[in-house]
Amino acid sequence: MRHEVRFSGFGGQGIILSAVIIGRAAVMYDGKYAVQTQVYGPEARGGASMSAVIIDDEPILFPKVTVPDIYVIMSQEGFEKYGASAQEGAVMIIDSTLVHSRPACTCIEVPATKEAREKLGRDIVANIVMLGALVAATHVVSETAIERAILDSVPKGTEKLNQSAMTRGFELIKERGQSA
Amino acid sequence: MQGNIACAEGALAAGCNFFGGYPITPSTEVAEHMAIKLPKKNGTFIQMEDEIASMASIIGASWTGARAMTATSGPGFSLMMENIGYAVMTETPCVVVNIQRGGPSTGQPTMAAAGDMMQCRFGSHGDYSAIALCPSSVQEMYELTVKAFNLADRFRVPVFLMADEIIGHMRERIIIPDKVEHIPRRPLAPGVLPFHPEDDLVPGFPEFGKGFGVHVTGLTHDERGYPCATNPKLHEQLVMRLYNKIEHARKEIADYVVTNPDAETVFVTYGSPARSVEQVIHDAAGEKIGHLRLKMVWPFPEHAIAEFPNAARFIIPELNLGQVAREFDRHTRVPVIQVPKLGGDLHLPAELKKLAGVAA
Repeated sequence: MRHEVRFSGFGGQGIILSAVIIGRAAVMYDGKYAVQTQVYGPEARGGASMSAVIIDDEPILFPKVTVPDIYVIMSQEGFEKYGASAQEGAVMIIDSTLVHSRPACTCIEVPATKEAREKLGRDIVANIVMLGALVAATHVVSETAIERAILDSVPKGTEKLNQSAMTRGFELIKERGQSA
Repeated sequence: MQGNIACAEGALAAGCNFFGGYPITPSTEVAEHMAIKLPKKNGTFIQMEDEIASMASIIGASWTGARAMTATSGPGFSLMMENIGYAVMTETPCVVVNIQRGGPSTGQPTMAAAGDMMQCRFGSHGDYSAIALCPSSVQEMYELTVKAFNLADRFRVPVFLMADEIIGHMRERIIIPDKVEHIPRRPLAPGVLPFHPEDDLVPGFPEFGKGFGVHVTGLTHDERGYPCATNPKLHEQLVMRLYNKIEHARKEIADYVVTNPDAETVFVTYGSPARSVEQVIHDAAGEKIGHLRLKMVWPFPEHAIAEFPNAARFIIPELNLGQVAREFDRHTRVPVIQVPKLGGDLHLPAELKKLAGVAA
């Protein structure tokens, strides 16, 4: 089964890291193939950032995402630039704290930045809340794979915080019983 | 693993023990990784003041016997040109990685291009031949970096690893071998003049600090290494030897992959557009589409064209305005269709299918 996942937000949110973590989970812990690519500007922070992952059971030839079936959108500008064109059959997970628009496709609202700020005390893990929600909603990789890939990828000393963020993402989906 | 990290890991596996460079997007991860890893392996990492000095530093390091490399992108590559010529003339083995981005000038720092393919062949002044490798996967970033070091030491030349931003920044699965091939630099035999060539036109290497008295100069020099810049015959002999040591090995060192050799429609690629064509061939399973994928663009493997005896058209997608297509065109009477692309996007399989007459 091939999935094309596109992440978008603003520079500094961890948009590229999110795609790296999902790809790592797929390759290292689920035994699949994955290719991760990105688009970013010369700015260090701010500006719309986009990254993408293809996950497949077969080796991946063309490495760029063309028609994503899954979107993770974390900023209004990111939505306008990279999310608004989503096809009808796609699933979009939106950080409802920061994105006001809604797509025509299936939309799952996750108040990731609000949750990260209020429940976890740090905005910075909002992308990990989104990753938890993404996995719980779409099963694009397994829950154990994403957990191990997150722990591989975050700075030492922040493992607990990131684990809680991921779990909060799982819960937000499961509480709603919303699964695509 | 990311392509740039795979390049650095390949260099370390090949025994690279000196990196001199100046950070530039989209190549910086190569330098970052070498800065972390080299000191732990008793190697040397130096961030130089610019790319002119970076190139000079790896030439100096190489003369002490080091396996030396630098990594850059377009603007830095332009600055390196003068010293690249110096490495050619002094026969200094070294590896120059260029993760190509959109130019001219600072252009598009974060977007892919292949606009430096002719620059790496002809960019420094004077006549010479060049070796340029073009990876199209993270796996090949590793493998071709290893190969670059071996070719550099064998021919005593700067070898170019000409990747692009897509391959450099892409992350995908890689299998790292336990051991890599190692072709050592041939030392200068005792009693032989330092620039006296052996049968393969390559002189043995008189490593600094090993007791050789050797003069190294960018001026035209005799076999002793002494300047001799007004002797027309000697200059011609020297430049022809520098040229022919690679040209004579053209067939032997050629590195390309042939798919469906009996096809009438044949794609020719190097770097990331190869991935678009592989997708086209995969999707068009019933139809015969040929593919000549060049892992080494320079010296140009013109004999590879004969691998496709039924070719009625060659389609050449490139991330530039047709730099290699033009070279290809002068070696064949079969029509060559250029598919240039600027801006940083990769050719979509759909647009190539249309050109090849394959159902989308």
